[in-house]
Amino acid sequence: MLLLQNLSNALILACTYILMAAGLTMVYGVLKVLHIAHASVYTVGAFVGVLAFTRLGNFWVALAIAMFVSGIFGVLIYRSTYFYLLNSPRTVPLIASVGMFVMFTDLLQKPFLMGAYQRAFPAGGAGLPAVKTALFSFTAKQVLILLVTVILLAIVYVILTRTKLGLSWQAASMDRDMASAVGVNLNQSIAANFFLGSALAGAAGVLVGVYNNSVFATMGDLPSYKAFIIIVLGGMGSLPGAILASLILAIVENFLVASIGYVLPRDSIAFLVLILMLMFRPNGLLGRE
Amino acid sequence: MASGYFLTILTFTAMYISLALSLNILTGYAGQVSLGHAAFLGIGAYTSAVLTLRYEVPFWLAFLAAIVLTGLIGTILGLPSLRVRHDFLVLATMGINFVVVSVFKYVDFFGGAMGLVNIPAPSLFGITFRGGVPYLLLTTAYALFTLWICWYLSKTWSGLAFQTIRNDEEAAASLGVNPARYKIYAFGISAALAGGVGSLYAHFLGSVFPDNFVFVESIGMLSMVIFGGIGTLRGPIVGAILLRLIPELLRFIQDYRFTFYGALLVLMMLFQPMGLLGNDSWLWQHLTRWFRSSARSAKEDVR
Repeated sequence: MLLLQNLSNALILACTYILMAAGLTMVYGVLKVLHIAHASVYTVGAFVGVLAFTRLGNFWVALAIAMFVSGIFGVLIYRSTYFYLLNSPRTVPLIASVGMFVMFTDLLQKPFLMGAYQRAFPAGGAGLPAVKTALFSFTAKQVLILLVTVILLAIVYVILTRTKLGLSWQAASMDRDMASAVGVNLNQSIAANFFLGSALAGAAGVLVGVYNNSVFATMGDLPSYKAFIIIVLGGMGSLPGAILASLILAIVENFLVASIGYVLPRDSIAFLVLILMLMFRPNGLLGRE
Repeated sequence: MASGYFLTILTFTAMYISLALSLNILTGYAGQVSLGHAAFLGIGAYTSAVLTLRYEVPFWLAFLAAIVLTGLIGTILGLPSLRVRHDFLVLATMGINFVVVSVFKYVDFFGGAMGLVNIPAPSLFGITFRGGVPYLLLTTAYALFTLWICWYLSKTWSGLAFQTIRNDEEAAASLGVNPARYKIYAFGISAALAGGVGSLYAHFLGSVFPDNFVFVESIGMLSMVIFGGIGTLRGPIVGAILLRLIPELLRFIQDYRFTFYGALLVLMMLFQPMGLLGNDSWLWQHLTRWFRSSARSAKEDVR
């Protein structure tokens, strides 16, 4: 009973990780860049979401606007920076990414944007019903997270497997020059990749903001760091791996906290997992090789 | 008062020169970008603070202990480099920073979010180094010591080894240079030197707080190395001086310090990835050309 309830809580936590990690792993797959500024996209998504929600009062419209703006923000990040650094050594775009992350976090904390305080995001469960059975129960907010994640993942799955766009990402992740030689429009393809990945991060920001009823400027730091651990754990660039790893990390975190309490801060578990993975399975659980 | 303020800025600049130089051993020499150098500063600062406050160890012993302990932790944290390519390891350095700060913050032994206060000032032969000129001399001496270590590392065989690793790990391995071993050396030395600065930092301020050692502070140090010129001796020094002094001189930047550091990193990557005074940078090429031509014309003048 308690076990099942813990599992269902872990599932909800995993959903937020999945949306964040999916975008990162897509970008890594195509560009081979560790896109640290993804955290800023997540925060911007939550911020736009809360602004749109307080103005318009409709959660679903707010979610759509937030995803669209985050997507555009992601494309702007790509076009202004990574685009020019595609052929540099890998550390060059990485450092640029760190720079953008630090810059956006600092700017977002300024009073003319988000300020240094927390905002409420009182969207509740967006009118969805709570689910309660004998074995486990989901609150309305949890149902919302589960529903949105499943819908978005289904859309991503269809794009990846059934469209030319998905095929072009696959080609670009194998060999960018070759893909371009056989007629893939790399610019459009990568920009679309950034748009989708960033929109997912924006959705994750909105959902976490609603779930905790709080949005603040540094909310992206830890989730983005965990997303990196997840894509290392799942094998860089592998979407099924990222989903599996999100579930594993969420379950481990939930059960360790439930069983041994605060021996270690909960968030350092993820870090220890990362170090162990890097030592013993550097290609991840489902990575190639 | 004004001179006291000026001395404080100079003391901090000296400490940041040591930090930038020590980070450069890891990032510039061994080619391993680190996003967690502030963690080593913090480990050194807390080691020294805990030893002097809780166990009444004299400063000089605590200072040495901070160097040794931080060096050891750095070496252990460098171990994943035995297995992992460097862009993955970057993530680990970022994680080190998060975990170290959260340990300082949530473990009561380290004072939690309230930090540790009333850290005693160091004394030697009855002279107490409480701020002012003596402390500036102390931090400057340490900066010179760091510079000497860096110079030594770059001039001896290890300097060549580092250079080959940075350029091509596989080629280095084929020539009998073990890249992982040198990276672990670099982690250890770089952390130890930063730990020493941490001790000086704690006893200068008299208090330490977890927030002094957060991730963005690491990025500040990385900006100094990259802005000045990565992998050189002159680069980190010039970078540390400029990036400490510009926000002091231009007050409006002070409020946007991290925006400034971040934007600087992006701009440097886009236009001058080798840094302002790096070996292939625009400014350095022009400076050396100018020096050479003026030296030549001076020679002709003599004739």
